[in-house]
Amino acid sequence: MKPAPFAYAAPRSLDEALALLAEHGDEAQIIAGGQSLVPMLALRMATPGILVDINRIAGLPGLLEDDAALTVGPCVRHAELLRHAGRHRHWSLIAAAVREVAHPGIRNRGTLCGSIALADPAAEAPAYALALDAEIVLSSLSGERRVPARKFFRGVYETARAPDEMITAVTFPRPAPGWRFGFQEIARRHGDYAIAGLCAGLRLEAGRITEVELVYFGIADRPMRAPQAERSLLGEPNADAVKEAAAAAGAELEVEGTGESSAALKRQLMRVLTERVLTKLIVGAPGQ
Amino acid sequence: MTKLSMTVNGKAVSGEIEGRTLLVDFLRQNLGLTGTHVGCDTSQCGCCVVHVDGRSVKSCTMLAAQAEGAEVTTVEGLAQADGTLHPIQAAFREHHGLQCGFCTPGMLMSAADLLQQNPSPTEHEVRDWLEGNMCRCTGYHNIVKAILAAAETMKGGMPQAAE
Repeated sequence: MKPAPFAYAAPRSLDEALALLAEHGDEAQIIAGGQSLVPMLALRMATPGILVDINRIAGLPGLLEDDAALTVGPCVRHAELLRHAGRHRHWSLIAAAVREVAHPGIRNRGTLCGSIALADPAAEAPAYALALDAEIVLSSLSGERRVPARKFFRGVYETARAPDEMITAVTFPRPAPGWRFGFQEIARRHGDYAIAGLCAGLRLEAGRITEVELVYFGIADRPMRAPQAERSLLGEPNADAVKEAAAAAGAELEVEGTGESSAALKRQLMRVLTERVLTKLIVGAPGQ
Repeated sequence: MTKLSMTVNGKAVSGEIEGRTLLVDFLRQNLGLTGTHVGCDTSQCGCCVVHVDGRSVKSCTMLAAQAEGAEVTTVEGLAQADGTLHPIQAAFREHHGLQCGFCTPGMLMSAADLLQQNPSPTEHEVRDWLEGNMCRCTGYHNIVKAILAAAETMKGGMPQAAE
């Protein structure tokens, strides 16, 4: 028996689950897919007093798309999200990023909302949520609030979620026409956490780049946008601007080394990722 | 201790477990189904892959309590009742898809999920799918060959894993 003992509750209603969170506070831990939590329990890095299993709650949102947004409920698995995103061009960033989340057996259990709640700085989900301007819906007994991704991630495993709150959905506004996205990460083995990764988006209107999103992950305590690099890409798509952005990104952000990967290595990988992803994105763009 | 019931390899089973019991421990210790192996215990190696409601999962990274009411298939459920091997098992034997055999149950169960979802995978797709299954004998080449051969056989309408 590897995990330390804990109480286990499988509430049938959201109110029941939220009441358990309110009662137990920091001692309670929500489990949906458990693909990060169960190994942490087995290694006794996490020793919650009570696990609140949300899989049996009736009436939680699933995966829902309308013209305005994609809503992903708390028990939607990475695999289900990947199947959906893979069928829609406007979610190409989600599809590309989720393909890099661990392995099929893990994607069959793990959830997007769980990855967002955990906020591992090297994980894909917080990065693409930030790049796509997602909103995190938090529910507690006192009601519901929505927090934009840019305000949600605060540090390593630290978010704006209070202990009595549960993520009941993450919503992604549908990108406006003209946006195109690219994604790449560098890891020692496919499926591992990234040493560094990039979610890139740019909006092309009448042959000019009018908006840019560059979100780097694995390089600091949370996914980071690089505003100076973004600005350098505005205007006519061209290779010099890509080089300038690649140089700017590593210089403007506070990069932290992790384990065997130094800050200098990560800065170099940011440059490489920026050149690779953006070059691919602007090839075929009008004016090229 | 809480009471737990599920269907494993087509049979209704139940047991008394603690909340912290992992699915793999329930299968191996409570049910004696030791075909499912424990390699790393942290979802890296894939030796513990079983099917839960038709999808491959790592049973070391799922609580037994979360499988309440589920349909679970383990490697013991792949062959037919009379002992006739599943086409994937037969192909592993034919193509020498195992050396020490430790990773084999997980390889078989992952492959069975792949072929249910994608009956005609390319070699690249097979290798990509197996990224979460490690073979410490490094016998991947014949494992991939066996899975591609099984896919060919199963196109003739051979039985799928009993779910």
